[in-house]
Amino acid sequence: MNSPILLQPDETFILNVGPQHPATHGVLRVKMEMNGEYIVNAETVIGYIHRMHEKMGELKTYPQFLMNLSRMDYLGALGYSHGHVLLVEKASGIVVPERAEYIRAIMVELNRIASHLFWFGAFVMDLGGFSPLMYALQDREHILDMLEAVTGSRLTYCYFRFGGLYNDVDDDFITAARQFIPRMRKSMKKYHKLVTGNIIFRKRLEGIAPLSKEMCRKYGASSAVARGSGINFDVRKNEPYSVYPEFDFDVPVYHECDSLARYMVRMDEIEQSLRIVEQGLDKLPGGPIMPDKKPKLIKPPVGDYYQAVETARGSFGIRLVSDGGKNPYRLKLRSPTYSNMHLFDEACRGMMIMDALAFMGSLDLVIPEIDR
Amino acid sequence: MVAYFTEIFTGLMSLFIGMGITFKEFFKPTVTVSYPYETLTMSARYRGHIELVENEEGNSQCVVCGLCEKACPSDCITLAGEKPEGGKKKVLTKYMLDFTKCSLCGSCVESCSFGAITFSKEYNLASTKKEDFYFDLLKRLEERNT
Amino acid sequence: MRLTLLNVIVAVVLAIAFAALNAAYLVWAERRGAARIQRRPGPNINGPFGLLQPPLDGIKLMAKQLTIPGGADKIMFITAPVLAMFPAIMSFVTIPFSDTIVAKNMSVGVLMIFAFASMGSMSLLFAGWSSRNKYSMMSSVRAVSQAVAYEIPMLITTITVVMIAGSTDLMEIVHQQSRSILHWNIFPLLGNSHNLLMPFSFLIFFICTLAETNRAPFDLGEAESELVAGFHTEYGSMGFGLFFMGEYANIVIGSCMTTILFLGGWSCPFGLFPGVWWFILKLYLLIATFIWIRWTFPRTTIYGLLNLSWKILIPLSLFNLLFTAGLIKVF
Repeated sequence: MNSPILLQPDETFILNVGPQHPATHGVLRVKMEMNGEYIVNAETVIGYIHRMHEKMGELKTYPQFLMNLSRMDYLGALGYSHGHVLLVEKASGIVVPERAEYIRAIMVELNRIASHLFWFGAFVMDLGGFSPLMYALQDREHILDMLEAVTGSRLTYCYFRFGGLYNDVDDDFITAARQFIPRMRKSMKKYHKLVTGNIIFRKRLEGIAPLSKEMCRKYGASSAVARGSGINFDVRKNEPYSVYPEFDFDVPVYHECDSLARYMVRMDEIEQSLRIVEQGLDKLPGGPIMPDKKPKLIKPPVGDYYQAVETARGSFGIRLVSDGGKNPYRLKLRSPTYSNMHLFDEACRGMMIMDALAFMGSLDLVIPEIDR
Repeated sequence: MVAYFTEIFTGLMSLFIGMGITFKEFFKPTVTVSYPYETLTMSARYRGHIELVENEEGNSQCVVCGLCEKACPSDCITLAGEKPEGGKKKVLTKYMLDFTKCSLCGSCVESCSFGAITFSKEYNLASTKKEDFYFDLLKRLEERNT
Repeated sequence: MRLTLLNVIVAVVLAIAFAALNAAYLVWAERRGAARIQRRPGPNINGPFGLLQPPLDGIKLMAKQLTIPGGADKIMFITAPVLAMFPAIMSFVTIPFSDTIVAKNMSVGVLMIFAFASMGSMSLLFAGWSSRNKYSMMSSVRAVSQAVAYEIPMLITTITVVMIAGSTDLMEIVHQQSRSILHWNIFPLLGNSHNLLMPFSFLIFFICTLAETNRAPFDLGEAESELVAGFHTEYGSMGFGLFFMGEYANIVIGSCMTTILFLGGWSCPFGLFPGVWWFILKLYLLIATFIWIRWTFPRTTIYGLLNLSWKILIPLSLFNLLFTAGLIKVF
């Protein structure tokens, strides 16, 4: 028998967004207390694809853990591997040849562009526009083809090694990357015309979900979320690592604090990454890609080490406590999306569900990366 | 009042610009590959599951040192060998790959100093049975030779 | 009398066939068109150019079980998809495709079509309410507020056209525009109205048609990134199929009305060979625009949509109505 759904004017109901929901792009669950279309309270529930990466880090030897990093964030995998190899190299004092560092930077930036392109497409799809996703994927495909030709895989790369790289880039890659840069710039113009200028799109993002500087600091937000709120922080500039000090690039910062600002930061970052790739290809030195002297077994001396890198999703920190053994005593992974996502609970109160989900899209969540 | 009408006008113009872009895209050729009917060749460094490399006599180059077994982060590889009577080197008798656990990291290929294993170019591996992914690489090598 | 009755029956059957065929093949056209815009081939496996895809989809849907969720209001749940299809088919009865091809021409044809069009939102309300699903519920509430907001500017614009024609008879409205292309209601100067604002009222009418048929960028009822699938979340099998067909049938009706009211119906732009083919050509060009718009723009928000209606479309269409009334008085 049916009982009618009775709602008092001030009564709220619980809406379960996820774990299987088109807007969460993965298995994130958001428990929303709704008053009509307005969110009274929201609670993000995570852990649906927790895979114990940190524990695996303790159980596996250093080289064996390499491929786990790329499984954390399937869209910008190389950035995470970069953090890991930099950390272990720092800990065990391995000197990386310059060519390897340059190639790493080029690869990470290409991967960042690929990740931002996918985010761009998925974000516009969250807002209901489907075609920009397809255009973005076409451009992303060029990057993946390039990366596949060098690393052998398209998504979950295992390319960086302690001390250098798995294998060297060839001339085909360099020509392909050089051809890609102007093509990508042309596509960016198209995206700005098709999406950024669109009145419907702007109306949906302008002034929506303002995040104050204080709130970003409170939750430890990074990447475009912080930079869209006027915090000029980029690990590549503030805590330089690898060969990034050699490159001339800007950190896009917007002070509007709204969803559009976050969108604009990421779109501008694509251009900055293109500039880094361009300079990297120009400056690429010759030489080996692996050091001559490399310890056979990696056993960092006893100590506590930390390395932060700027991945596509923000500041990724990795901390290693070594007891001198062949596997780490503790490996802590600070995932940027985890911090970025927890903003959502507080920020979405009082928002309408459409705006809240658009806001969630602008945070660029990758769920496996939150759960680790 | 002026702002009201300017917004309507610029808004409409932005919509027409967007439609112009999709109109142009409409007449461009398709970029996709209709997969089962046409296939792409895999790049030279493509990483499929591992495969044993044969020497001139068609046998495996493996000397059963077991380094790949140790290097594997996921315990995918099980191998065994025996010394034939009168022979000096060990000969491979069993090489099993549990592809359900493999994450294609390439540690095994790198660890091998004899060049006995390599990546295959195979990617059509869908199956409904788990058993289909336990590969007997030695048997595959023999099948390739015959 | 008996002949008329027979006429009507034949007409209704033809209308159903036309609506169903259109619905089925517009899905195909939409998928092909979307694919071309996104540089994919689209459905191309079943039959030449994938032309067998719609009937096969239909068979698949019919072969499926209609599941009714526990706690759903059964009668309303089953009625809703029928209600989605029925008004669209009934509206075809009075639409004149040419001088002779019309099932039953009525002197109040415009009124009848609007009466049936307003029934469409009822089916969404039924479906959303009876599914006992929070997403469906929210979707149906949205759909109704949207229907209310957009029927007003649409009707006001239609009144403008009706005032110019001096008749609610669809035949009569077309006849008055059939002298030459410049007499179409969309063109301002030489036409029947001398009204400079007519292109804008065409635009308003077209936007309202998009909103009334729940098409992108106004498809808030089935906003798939928020409400999963909106009012038809719980529908499977032919219940879903009927909603789908109803949507496309509504698009055809909306485009027919736009053609008749603003684009001169079956009249030829060059004064040659007027006939049904001109009507069909204009109709499908409009539908192509529908598809083109859908695959270009993101979705609006619910308040953006209501703002657009109450703050822009309604004042503009009211002004247009007064202006036209003044012009008719002067000339």
